[in-house]
Amino acid sequence: MSAHTGGYYFAPPSKWPLVGSTALFFMAIGGVLAMNSIQPGGWIFLAVGFAILVYMLFGWFGQVIDESERGLYDKQVDVSFRWSMSWFIFSEVMFFAAFFGALFYARVYSVPWLGDMDNRVLWDAYNAAWPTAGPYFDTNPAYQFSTMSAWGIPALNTLLLLSSGATITWAHWGLLQGKRNQLIIGLFLTILLGVIFLGFQVYEYIHAYSDLNLKLTSGIFGSTFFMLTGFHGFHVTLGVTMLIVILARCMKGHFTAERHFGFEAVAWYWHFVDVVWLGLFVVVYWLV
Amino acid sequence: MTATTHTADHADEHHDHKPYGLSRWLFTTNHKDIGTMYLLFGLLMAIVGGFLSLGIRAELFMPGLQILQPETFNSFMTLHGLIMVFGAVMPVFVGFANWLIPMQIGAADMAFPRMNNWSFWMLPPAAILLAASFFVEGGAIQSGWTLYPPLFTQSGIAGDMTILAVHILGASSIMGSINIVTTVLNLRAPGMTLMKMPLFVWTWLITAYLLIAVMPVLAGAVTMLLTDRHFGTSFFNAAGGGDPTMFMHIFWFFGHPEVYIIILPAFGIVSQIIPAFSRKPLFGYASMVYATASIAILSFIVWGHHMFTVGMPAAGQLFFMYATMLIAVPTGVKVFNWIATMWRGSLTFETPMLWALGFLFMFTMGGFTGLVLAITPVDITLHNSYYVVAHFHYTMVAGASFAIFGGVYYWWPKWTGKMYNESAGKLHFWWTTIGFNLTFFPQHFLGLAGMPRRIPDYALQFAEWNMISSIGAFFLAAGQIFFMITLYMSYKSGQPAKDKQWEGADSLEWTHLPSPAPYHTFEVQPVLK
Repeated sequence: MSAHTGGYYFAPPSKWPLVGSTALFFMAIGGVLAMNSIQPGGWIFLAVGFAILVYMLFGWFGQVIDESERGLYDKQVDVSFRWSMSWFIFSEVMFFAAFFGALFYARVYSVPWLGDMDNRVLWDAYNAAWPTAGPYFDTNPAYQFSTMSAWGIPALNTLLLLSSGATITWAHWGLLQGKRNQLIIGLFLTILLGVIFLGFQVYEYIHAYSDLNLKLTSGIFGSTFFMLTGFHGFHVTLGVTMLIVILARCMKGHFTAERHFGFEAVAWYWHFVDVVWLGLFVVVYWLV
Repeated sequence: MTATTHTADHADEHHDHKPYGLSRWLFTTNHKDIGTMYLLFGLLMAIVGGFLSLGIRAELFMPGLQILQPETFNSFMTLHGLIMVFGAVMPVFVGFANWLIPMQIGAADMAFPRMNNWSFWMLPPAAILLAASFFVEGGAIQSGWTLYPPLFTQSGIAGDMTILAVHILGASSIMGSINIVTTVLNLRAPGMTLMKMPLFVWTWLITAYLLIAVMPVLAGAVTMLLTDRHFGTSFFNAAGGGDPTMFMHIFWFFGHPEVYIIILPAFGIVSQIIPAFSRKPLFGYASMVYATASIAILSFIVWGHHMFTVGMPAAGQLFFMYATMLIAVPTGVKVFNWIATMWRGSLTFETPMLWALGFLFMFTMGGFTGLVLAITPVDITLHNSYYVVAHFHYTMVAGASFAIFGGVYYWWPKWTGKMYNESAGKLHFWWTTIGFNLTFFPQHFLGLAGMPRRIPDYALQFAEWNMISSIGAFFLAAGQIFFMITLYMSYKSGQPAKDKQWEGADSLEWTHLPSPAPYHTFEVQPVLK
C-alpha cells in the first residue's frame, strides 16, 4: 500500500519497529544486569540500548515528520492521530492512577490497620497517623523525616505549570492566526517554565534528602512521595523534550494554521502533566 | 530516510508483489503478515506453555515427588500461567484482530501499520526474557502468574526479568490496542456504521478499551515490585507502612478485566460462527453489543472476589459478591442469544460450528462454577483449591481456546485459500473435547474434596482423580499434535477453498473478497448500504 493509491496513507515496510525492539531488549538486559550488580555489562547494555532507542526515535519520528511535510497525510490520517493520542493519554492517566491508588490505599487502609488491635501485639507503640514511615521504620531514628511544606516551592511550581498551560495556549493562538513570532515566543516560554519547574524539583529533592531526611526509603510515605513526584517529573522531562522538538520544527517553518496536529498533541500532553501535578499538589503536598 | 521511503513506495506500487524473504516479515507493515506472525508466535508459546503443563501433570500423576522438585514445580506452574495468558491466548486473539478487523470493516489496513509491526516485534524480546529466566541463578519465579509479594519480592534475578518482560508485553498490548481502537473508529468503510459492524469487531473494540485501561495499572504494580526489590520502597512491606494485600488489589484491578480481555474476543468469534452455520442473522445483535459493554464495565468493580480470604470488611465482601453475580446477567443474555440464533435455523455441523457449540456448553459450565465461587462463604472453602483451577480452565481452555480453534477452522479457507480435511477437523474437536473434560472435570471433585492447588505432592485420597486428570492432559496434548498435522496437510495439499466457503457467512471478508484474501484488500473502500 502506498500514498499513490490516494486517500489514507498506509506506511510502506519500515525497519524502525525492529530497531525499537532491539533497543528495548538491550535495555531490559542491561537493566537486569545493572540492578543485580552483575559485572560487567549492565550499564554498557543500558547505554547501547538507549542509544539505539534514540536512533529509532530520530529515525521514526523524522520519517513521520517528513511524510507529514510532504503532504501525504489527509484529514482522515489526522483523525487517526487524534484518536490515538487521546487513548495514549488515557493509558498514562491509568498508569498514574495505580500510584495514586497505592497512596490512597495506604492512607485509608493499610496504615490505620497497622495501628489497630491486631497489630498492637507486634508494634504496641506505633502511632498510625499520616505521614509515617511505617511501624518498624518509625522506631528507628535513621528513618525519622519531616515533610515538605506545600506552600513553598511546590506552590510556586503549581503557579509555574499553570502559567505554562497559558503560554502554550497563547502560542497556539499565534499559530492559528499566523503570528509565527507569538508561536515561537510562547513555545519558548513554555519550555522555560517547564525547565524552571524541573530545576525546582531537583532542588526540592536535594532539600528532602539532605535537610528533611525524606528519602525514597522513608517507608510508605517516601515511597509514594518520590514515586508519584518522580514519575511526574519524568513525564515533564518528556514533555519538555517534545516541546523542544516542536519549537525546532516551528523555527524551521513547519505547521500551518490548518494542519498542526504535532503541535496539538504535545500541547495535550503538556496539559495532561499539568493536571497530574494539580492532583499531586493536593494529595501529596497539601493534605499531609 | 527520504530515500528509503521513496524506494519502498516504488517497490510497493506493483500490487500484490509481496516483498520476499526474511525482510518481508521483519519490516512488514501489512496487517495480514503481522496477523500471521501473531498467530504463529501464539502457537509457539502455546507449545512451550503446554510442555510446562505436561510437566505439572506428570508430577501430579502420582502422590510423592517423582519428576520435579517443589521449586521447579512452582516455576513450571508460574511460567505456564504467564506464557499461556500473555504469550499464547492474547497474541493469538491479536492475530485474529489483525487479520480480520480491516477486512470486516472494509479498510485497507490498520490505522498505524508501522506501530502494528512494533507491537508484534516487542513480543519476542519479552518471550526470550521469560524463557531465559529458567536458566539464571535461582531459576524462574515461583509466585504464580499473579506475582504476589512477599514471595515474588524474594525472587532471584528471574524476578527482574519477569517484571521487564511484563513491561514490554504491556507496552505492546497498549500500542496494539490503540491501533485497533483507532482503526475501528476511524477507518470503517462508508456505510459501515458502528451498529452494523460484525460482532467480532465490536468485541475487539471493547477489549482494546479494557487493555488500554488496565495494562498501565499492571505496569504500575510491577514497577512497585521492582522498586520494593531494588530501591528500598515499602509499597508491599508492612514494616514500612505498606501492605502485601495492596498488591493484590492493584493486581486484580488489572487481573479481572484481563480475564475478560481473554474471553471477549472469543465471544466475538463464536458470534460469527453460530449465525453462519445457523443460516440466520445473529439474534439480538444490539443486546449483544450492550451485553459486551456491560461485561467490560462490570469487570472494573469485581476484583475483590479473587481475594475474599485475605481479609476484607464484610461490606466489601458483600459488594464484590453481588457485583460479580451481576456479570451473569449480560453473560446470560449472550448465551441466550446464541441459542436463540440457532432456534429454527438451518443448522449444519461443520468443524467451526462444533467448536462453537463445544464453547457454548463448556464455557457456560465454567461460568456457572464462577457463580459458585462468587458466593463469598463458598469461596472461602474453595479458595486456592483445585475447584478454582477447574473453573478457570473451563473458561480459558473450553472458552478462549475452543473459540480460537473454531475461529482457525472458520477463517482458515480465507487465510490460506485451502480447505482443511473436514473429518480430521471433527476428529480434532472430539479428541480435544474428551481430553479436556478428562483433564479438568475431575479437578472439580479434587477441589471439593479439599485438594489445594499449586502443590507438587498431595494426600493419597486424591490419587485416582489426579491420575485420570494427568492421562487426560497427555491425551489432550496429543490431539493438538494432530491439529498441527491437519493444518499442515491442508496448507500443503488441501482442496482449494471457495471465495464464500460458508454459505451463511455474511461479513465482508466472505462476501467481498476472494480466498485466499489477496495481500492488499479494500484499497478502494466498498460502499455499504
